[in-house]
Amino acid sequence: MEATTYNYKVVRQFAIMTVVWGIVGMLVGVILAAQLIWPDLTFGIEWLSYGRLRPLHTNAVIFAFGGSGLFAVSYYIVQRTCQVRLWAEKLAAFTFWGWTTVIVLAAITLPLGFTSTKEYAELEWPIDILITLVWVAYALVFFGTIAKRKTKHIYVSNWFFGAYILTIAILHIVNNLELPVTLTKSYSLYAGVQDAMVQWWYGHNAVGFFLTTAFLGMMYYFIPKQAGRPIYSYRLSVVHFWSLNFIYMWAGPHHLQYTALPDWAQSLGMVFSLMLLAPSWGGMMNGIMTLSGAWHKLRTDPILKFLVTALSFYGMSTFEGPMMSIKTVNALSHYTEWTIGHVHSGALGWVAMITIGSMYYLIPRLFGRESMFSTKLIEWHFWLSTIGVVLYIASMWIAGVAQGLMWRAANVDGTLTYSFAQVLNTMYPFYGIRLLGGALFFSGMLMMAYNVWKTVRIGRVVNDAAIPQAVHA
Amino acid sequence: MSDFTSGFWPIYISVITLVSIIGTYFFLRSQTTRKLAPGEKAELIEHTWDEDLQDLNNPLPRWWLGLFYGTLLFAIGYLVLWPGLGNYAGVLKWSSLGEYEAEVKAAEARFQPVYERFLQQDIATVAADPDARAIGRNLFLTYCSQCHGSDAAGARGFPNLTDGDWLYGGDPESIQASITDGREGVMPALGDALGADGTKEVAHYVLSLSGREHDAALAAAGRPKFEENCAACHMPDGTGMQAMGAPNLTDKVWLYGGSEAAIIETIAKGRNGVMPGMAQTLGTTSNKEAKLHLLTAYVYGLGGGVAPAAEAPAQ
Repeated sequence: MEATTYNYKVVRQFAIMTVVWGIVGMLVGVILAAQLIWPDLTFGIEWLSYGRLRPLHTNAVIFAFGGSGLFAVSYYIVQRTCQVRLWAEKLAAFTFWGWTTVIVLAAITLPLGFTSTKEYAELEWPIDILITLVWVAYALVFFGTIAKRKTKHIYVSNWFFGAYILTIAILHIVNNLELPVTLTKSYSLYAGVQDAMVQWWYGHNAVGFFLTTAFLGMMYYFIPKQAGRPIYSYRLSVVHFWSLNFIYMWAGPHHLQYTALPDWAQSLGMVFSLMLLAPSWGGMMNGIMTLSGAWHKLRTDPILKFLVTALSFYGMSTFEGPMMSIKTVNALSHYTEWTIGHVHSGALGWVAMITIGSMYYLIPRLFGRESMFSTKLIEWHFWLSTIGVVLYIASMWIAGVAQGLMWRAANVDGTLTYSFAQVLNTMYPFYGIRLLGGALFFSGMLMMAYNVWKTVRIGRVVNDAAIPQAVHA
Repeated sequence: MSDFTSGFWPIYISVITLVSIIGTYFFLRSQTTRKLAPGEKAELIEHTWDEDLQDLNNPLPRWWLGLFYGTLLFAIGYLVLWPGLGNYAGVLKWSSLGEYEAEVKAAEARFQPVYERFLQQDIATVAADPDARAIGRNLFLTYCSQCHGSDAAGARGFPNLTDGDWLYGGDPESIQASITDGREGVMPALGDALGADGTKEVAHYVLSLSGREHDAALAAAGRPKFEENCAACHMPDGTGMQAMGAPNLTDKVWLYGGSEAAIIETIAKGRNGVMPGMAQTLGTTSNKEAKLHLLTAYVYGLGGGVAPAAEAPAQ
């Protein structure tokens, strides 16, 4: 018999875990920010040392928080826009328990010091294999659902999710080709500069396809829904979808400017990063212009505020990124706090804010409610987040540029003007402001957890939504 | 994995790069539609998803297209001027190695006059020159302060350079050798050879050498063991040997701590102190010889420098 309801169970599971992992990942971030000011904060316990918590932070916010959010919204959107229940629901359940197991294993092994040493791909080979299995199951469920859709056309969000699922599979497998020596240690199949290039081909496209393409898919559903307006331009979505995916693949070498990477590869990384500006902005334009005729809603609707502010930060960091890939700029910015600021304007400003806004739309609907328990708390959350991000990135910009300039400042005799310790000393006030910004952002997440808890408690109605019978053209 | 050195790859790279850029241009051209007339509304496409999701079909914004074309044009221009298309070097013949070498050469020429004068003088003279000390201090802060501290007073495991106590000698020649080529101070682990009791006895004997509080009976038991296991480097009287960097155990200076526990740890597990050679750290930077000379003089002049054994008569 044909299903008459959507599968919301797996969506609910992932949505709740998005909030949980968001809090965990950001708490670790706040601890790290504090450690940079007070290095002895964690009493010299090696499991809590900076070097071990740092990969835990990045994995938790990208793959646990961001990943769970993407699973939730992609399963929700693909069902609703295809007007069918998820295909292979047991596999979908496996993706939830499998992905959650990956995260728990990461939370155990990274503090214990097990690492393959590749940034954003630190997890060791047994976990890599589990990730691969989960991802293949994810692809089957997603594309299986697309295949049995009732609607004639595939909705734009699903193009973006499809691109992200396919690409992440390729990136994950190629970068993690490694030779296991024990259960907890393996060595990369690549050596030297080739290893570096494969790593940053992976690393940059993790940013490109996990943190950009996939979240654009999220944006393309929740902005028109929340604004109640049609998407500004179908044509623009087609053009920027293909150009973004095509050009992103080339940009990895900009992480290796002025290294042993051959000059030609550095140049290509730079020019393709610059060519990436317009495709990136295409998504921002399409989202923001969708609001025409609905701008007044921004005054009263904090969810829309989250979504639109996220797009603004997206536009800003996708301008900043190409600029930082220019060799001359990179010579100043590379290895400084500026990079940290840039990453967080994307990670907090774009990824986290679009996810938070989407969750505030999604969670009440998953628990049979019209809206969240408290709109006022969402408003508070919005302002805490916005002020938090601005403090964070502004302090890191100033710190980064100061750091870069101090590193290269030279005396009349050709010696360096500032020692490492002097530059570090200059960083302290900015580390303080960054900690404050991060703590504000984190406190907003706690507010969200309370709001979600109240919503779920009052909601109780957890029946899956009915699939409309009439199929639109 | 292949090193991709065959002649095929540069051609492959150039072709797919150019095809990609030019292909993107034609893709954009093909998707460009006419501008909307004033007052004309964009078409609303008929498909609807999930009750109310729809698409307008506005043409691509003209400023956005302009931006896109601009970056394509920039890419082509850049790849003509700079390396990027396989092994084509670019009109400007720029390379990162060339840029680096040119910068070093320029610095070499520019700062040569500053350094030249000091290179002619001996270490003691340079150490007394305030200008030289200022440069030396800058170099010290850049290359040495991470371990030895900004005030050169050292830290646990990192020698104090101001106290006149030298592991490898404090005369100019020895200091210069330490700085230029680095040092490796290896004390082997003796825990297994001595056993727990033996280690403790030797530790008490070592404590007694500098007059620290110790158990006389243990120290007496430790003495023959010291002479058997330690005296080869630290000498029978414990005064050490600078030729191999074995510390003097009779003074009050302790590199790794002078408590009973610290000494037991040192004896049982050994120590491995590494000072990196600055000749390597300075790499191919400009005026390397002069910088090593100035650093030596700065360290020599920190207060602990020892005059050369057979000082030449004043000239």
